[in-house]
Amino acid sequence: MLRFILKRLLETIPVLLVIVTATFFMLRLVPGGPFTAEKAVSKEIMQNLEAHYGLDKPLGHQYASYLWDLTPKRFAPWRLFADADGNGTVDFDLQAAFGINLGPSFKYPNRTVNEIIAGKLPASLELGLWALLVALALGITLGVVAAMRKNTGVDYAASTLAMVGICVPTFVMGPLLVLLFALHLRWFNASGWYFAADRVLPAATLGLVYAAYIARLTRGGMLDVLNQDYIRTARAKGASELRVVLRHALRGGLLPVVTFLGPAIAGIISGSFVIETIFQIPGLGREFVNSAFNRDYTLVSGTVLLYAGLIIGLNLVVDVIQVWLNPRLKFE
Amino acid sequence: MSTAPSAPPLVPPAPIAERAHSPGRDAWLRLRRNRLSVVSGLFLLALAFTCIVVPPLLGQGYADQNLALGASPPSAAHWFGTDELGRDQFARVLYGGRISLMVGFVASLVALSIGVTYGAVAGYVGGKLDALLMRVVDILYALPFTIFVILMMVFLKEPMNDLDAWLRRFDFLQNLQGIGKIVGLFAAIGAVEWLTMARIVRGQVLTVKKMEFIEAARTLGYSHTRIIFRHIIPNVLGPVIVFTTLTIPSVMMLESFLSFLGLGVDAPLSSWGTLIKDGADKMENFPWLLVFPGGLFATTLLALNLLGDGLRDALDVRAAKD
Repeated sequence: MLRFILKRLLETIPVLLVIVTATFFMLRLVPGGPFTAEKAVSKEIMQNLEAHYGLDKPLGHQYASYLWDLTPKRFAPWRLFADADGNGTVDFDLQAAFGINLGPSFKYPNRTVNEIIAGKLPASLELGLWALLVALALGITLGVVAAMRKNTGVDYAASTLAMVGICVPTFVMGPLLVLLFALHLRWFNASGWYFAADRVLPAATLGLVYAAYIARLTRGGMLDVLNQDYIRTARAKGASELRVVLRHALRGGLLPVVTFLGPAIAGIISGSFVIETIFQIPGLGREFVNSAFNRDYTLVSGTVLLYAGLIIGLNLVVDVIQVWLNPRLKFE
Repeated sequence: MSTAPSAPPLVPPAPIAERAHSPGRDAWLRLRRNRLSVVSGLFLLALAFTCIVVPPLLGQGYADQNLALGASPPSAAHWFGTDELGRDQFARVLYGGRISLMVGFVASLVALSIGVTYGAVAGYVGGKLDALLMRVVDILYALPFTIFVILMMVFLKEPMNDLDAWLRRFDFLQNLQGIGKIVGLFAAIGAVEWLTMARIVRGQVLTVKKMEFIEAARTLGYSHTRIIFRHIIPNVLGPVIVFTTLTIPSVMMLESFLSFLGLGVDAPLSSWGTLIKDGADKMENFPWLLVFPGGLFATTLLALNLLGDGLRDALDVRAAKD
């Protein structure tokens, strides 16, 4: 297993390299830099700005020094979660943990991309985790119930609900939930990220779509498994239906769900762009979209790189879980 | 569906009643039995027809304002109500539907052509080229499509403005504001949505290319291009059709997602995404501005998905669905 993980980690290096190279050159080759949108500045100021950010150097030089800044130089992941500055929050200090320096931001003077990411990532991670939890809890429950009551009203209701969940986009679902639960019933705030209750609506909106997919996958997976011989054996032994489902069938029935977790994580990350806009959450997704608008080169490529790393890392975790759940698969 | 030179029948012809069932006809009969799919298909046809034909007959443009009226709830004169500039929502939703449906279909076609060609070449040539091409697909898969599209829309911003200025020199395009941006949307969305298609087609081609009629075509000395486009691609059309039907809703979703974030079409032009965005901003006071475009959009996506599922069952395709 260790070999498998190492091999996969080695494989990610060229992938990340391609992503860095592509974003670096695409951002610099398109016309219109981060400073062109602002009011006309004198030539001297422009030169100073470019010198400050190293833009006056040859492109190859810029690329090489950017690559060197991105190269991990130490390995201390626990320091990501340390609180060195003592402000009571987790630091997410990529510099302290891995020695990765994503460079200075072009739009926020005197701030580094590392700082911006550290400030915005926690909210996004929290949103994503809650959404994933909603998706798994709701999706698996619905799917199992639908499979156990196959071809009954309950099954059809669950399947219809899942289809509707898939087809109502988050940016329609979100405002509708706000309209109902925040503006009419006044149970929650319409936007903001201050209290525990503020997590409910965004996480539900983001999680519902994936709950729908997971419900469909669970139902299919459970139906496959419930027809197998070992389930009949379990029933013949006199195990209760609840025990058959939870103890024997669920492990195999959840395989398709685990396979789907990779795409779901990617989807939740991109879904957060919209959710954070709707609910005014100070997260990285909104920051990424803004940075794309502002052409904040370093912030754009830093965020893209972080997302890519996050997705690749989580996919690796998913693959390991998959083999653990299904020993017929081998680490290859 | 094979376009290979027809060989003389080796077996005596089957009785008429059985011979009448070509694979295509079988699929059509199976599809027709699936009521939900038929209803969805009819709904989509009606919707497309309405969006294309009706708007000019309304006597109301998507940008026509009536400030005295302001925002009004649905009424006999304005079926979907008006926004606070007094613009008729029914007209705006239909014009928006034109854009959304057009982006959905055209960008899917772009994705379809790239994906089919790419996958067919990779599968047909095989070997090192195949490994390389598929590795590229794997790399692109490592990032969510949305991030790519956002990046591309940013990269394409200036070129799109130039294109817009250039296109508008032509008389017949004078009225089409923001056409450059729409072309950019086609390109950006098409450029990311072909990946799954390429994988599916490659897998299909790998099986088809080992069949006898391909060998026959090769023996006849046909060129590789001719074999790929005349003999292989027609034989992998089933999965391609099914997957295209399922690509359209995800393309439309992506387009409205971008429009919602402000990266899509520019005002006063509207797509369903921009209408939903406007509606979401003003729903507290004018809920109808969100409900109609949102509801129609969701219904369209539902219909496209149901039709795609029906087609998959009818054509008996075991295509990867994601």
